Amino acid sequence: MLALYSALEFAADPERQISAAEIAAKYRISPHHLAKVLRRLGRAGLLHAARGVGGGYRFAGNPKRITLMDVIELFEEIGARPTGRGARREEERTLEQILGEIDEIAKATFRSITLDTMLKLLARRRA
Amino acid sequence: MSQVIEIDALITGLRKPAYWAGIQRRYGGRSPRRFFLVAETDQAVQGYIVGEVRDWEFGSPPCGWVFGVGVRPQTRLGGVATHMLDEMCERFRRAGVEKVRTLLARDNALVLAFFRSQGMMAAPFIALERDL
Repeated sequence: MLALYSALEFAADPERQISAAEIAAKYRISPHHLAKVLRRLGRAGLLHAARGVGGGYRFAGNPKRITLMDVIELFEEIGARPTGRGARREEERTLEQILGEIDEIAKATFRSITLDTMLKLLARRRA
Repeated sequence: MSQVIEIDALITGLRKPAYWAGIQRRYGGRSPRRFFLVAETDQAVQGYIVGEVRDWEFGSPPCGWVFGVGVRPQTRLGGVATHMLDEMCERFRRAGVEKVRTLLARDNALVLAFFRSQGMMAAPFIALERDL
């Protein structure tokens, strides 16, 4: 969630240089933890680290191309769910199959929503 | 029509002349509830969209369904699909409906992202299937 909030914060104003402290204060989170998240977003090419007084980061990606899944995948292991074939009981296998369906829908949803679309949804909610 | 077939083939890798002939026959007229629109520039078709108003489909009150949209790959990101969808929605409104829906393959990330960017959200339906 923290990575998504951060990516949205930067994508909302790509020209603006924002410090980790600013985002940490806004979302009331640990600046230390956030710094790690921002470093990882930076390494993935989504943020530019800004040097100089205050430091901080600027957005470096294309908000119309970067999806929620692109951000999530940087922090979570998104593999295929177990198909249940290794499960010992039919109940386990069947349940794994259902959970797999839910998982696939969730992944497709995250893949279909870009940062730009999220920002539009936010703007609509705020209007 | 040959250009629509070509765009569809560029996107899907399959040429379907018989399918498109059927679409033209059923949707290419002046029906107030069935629409087949194309976007053109300089005599060239850049994209197409097909839709219709359906009554009580899946128990739903009448609404507009978009079941085909395609844009030439080199013309993408130019607002062609947005313009075509806006035109389609305007026709749906004139036909008296207040909702537009579509159905897509889960792995069709490009088109899913397009419809999402247009403000479309998950509908209260779940698509199901089984082998026969």
